Amino acid sequence: MPDQLVWGMEVFLNGLMTGVLYSLVALGFVLIYKASGIFNFSQGVLALFAAMTLVGIMEGRVPFSHLINATFGTDIHNFGWNVPAFAAILLTMAVMVALAWAVNQFIFRHLVGQEPIILFMATIGLAYFLEGFGDMMWGSDIKNLDVGLPQGINATIDEVTYEIFGYGFFIDNLDLAATLVAVLLVIALVLFAQYTKYGRAMRAVADDHQAALSVGISLKFIWIMVWSLAGFVALVAGIMWGTKSGVQFSLSLIALKALPVLMLGGFTSIPGAIVGGLIIGVGEKMFEFLVGPMVGGATENWFAYVLALLFLVFRPQGLFGEKIIERV
Amino acid sequence: MNDMSPDGYTTEDGRSIGPVVMEMRNITLRFGGVVAIKDISFDIREGEIRAIIGPNGAGKSSMLNVISGFYKPQEGEVWYMGEKRPAMKPYQVAQQGIARTFQNIALFDGMSVLDNVMTGRIRHMSSGLFAQAIWKGRAEREEVENRARVERIIDFLEIQHIRKTPVGRLPYGLKKRVELARALAAEPSILLLDEPMAGMNVEEKEDMSRFILDLNDEFGTTIALIEHDMGVVMDLSDRVVVMDYGKKIGDGSPDEVRRNQDVIDAYLGVAHD
Repeated sequence: MPDQLVWGMEVFLNGLMTGVLYSLVALGFVLIYKASGIFNFSQGVLALFAAMTLVGIMEGRVPFSHLINATFGTDIHNFGWNVPAFAAILLTMAVMVALAWAVNQFIFRHLVGQEPIILFMATIGLAYFLEGFGDMMWGSDIKNLDVGLPQGINATIDEVTYEIFGYGFFIDNLDLAATLVAVLLVIALVLFAQYTKYGRAMRAVADDHQAALSVGISLKFIWIMVWSLAGFVALVAGIMWGTKSGVQFSLSLIALKALPVLMLGGFTSIPGAIVGGLIIGVGEKMFEFLVGPMVGGATENWFAYVLALLFLVFRPQGLFGEKIIERV
Repeated sequence: MNDMSPDGYTTEDGRSIGPVVMEMRNITLRFGGVVAIKDISFDIREGEIRAIIGPNGAGKSSMLNVISGFYKPQEGEVWYMGEKRPAMKPYQVAQQGIARTFQNIALFDGMSVLDNVMTGRIRHMSSGLFAQAIWKGRAEREEVENRARVERIIDFLEIQHIRKTPVGRLPYGLKKRVELARALAAEPSILLLDEPMAGMNVEEKEDMSRFILDLNDEFGTTIALIEHDMGVVMDLSDRVVVMDYGKKIGDGSPDEVRRNQDVIDAYLGVAHD
């Protein structure tokens, strides 16, 4: 088998795995958009904040330590304990739920019935606030995150592919773990949305507030639930990206990569977020591999956006988006 | 109708009507300087079909919105099941068992008919968020039980053929019926219908009238409805409240109301000379 083809297959597989990580971020967007019609610009920062909080709790850092030290002249940084990863994840989730409550209480409760653009602007504000708040709470240093996920080259795949092709594929264990987690998460979310009372209530609220109230659905409860779910997805995405490349500001920028994923998959479709992520992931890696060398490389930076643009022109609702039905 | 016994009465067609479920006492509702409802009192009895009629802008819809908790009256009390109702959010009122439909249809367009009707069951599903998330034990049992009830209602209203269709694709008349199904799925103690026949053709109106009568008969549902069409109202209802300019100008059986001079004036106009 020609080398070119074998390498291509490796690139393809790696693209799939990267795509899964894009999908994870996109999922958070879709959840909130489906339930509240809000395009949540702060999803990326939410992932960053979740990852920071997780690291902070695991390492026993004192929140707001800089602020406390500067105000009272103390010098405390650490509680001096380490929290096991699993407990820390649960605690972080509790923080994300509290954050969901606060977001609803202080922002969106007051914006019910406003134009989408106003809600969108509010999430931009929220993004900036959370960014600063996270830094103030946990410090702005680059943090390492290790919750015990497997990392490094997967030896089995390396060996097996070497047997077959005479060339060992480099597949990162972390990417495999992320894929597995993402698949489980998506299945769970789809089932939850389709077949449970709360999932149905969530879709109902997205569709019509008045009607939802008339069947006894509390909007407040659903919104807090949805933001908590988005916080949960952000936490998962934060763990994956944070483990991969460290918890730092650039983590929040993955939100920008989620935008083309959403345009491809449709803003309202959970499976769409997944397929969109995979297409972008594979597409940009293969494009770089095949066309990159001819144009001097670095195509990964723009490929996704150009693809999204093409979709906007030819299929604005995305691959899986709800068809825009307009009865006249 | 002050001579009515507290336990109820028997209608002309022999149905027995129970005690008072809901009582509106001296309700006044203002929007800024506009008085939408002015000092209105009336009651709704168990098992009856109670109509609220009146010309355009009489305050009928406002009244329905007060009952369902969407509007909060400035004065007056709402008594429900023998107790004064505290200030409540609309979803709490719904959870108490007051279901409603809307004049301009409020359905979940992106969801199938079945899912729409299932949302009506929400107040009967009590398993918690975690049980729902893992869908085991109580949550699963509940889903199956409630699904069975919903299927019965879907059969009853003859919308089996569109069970899986997204509501957004349905024609107007069917949407109205789906909305009725959703309200009925809540097994409400009072079913509020806001102009159930608005915008329908004669045939659809006849269908809807039949469904309203049948469900009252079959499930014993108490119904309070608002309607423009005098003919329909007089045929359907047991007792009628007539409103005009936010005031109550008549209350009684269709025959009594029909003979009421104020009502005749309100509908046909008065000669001013």
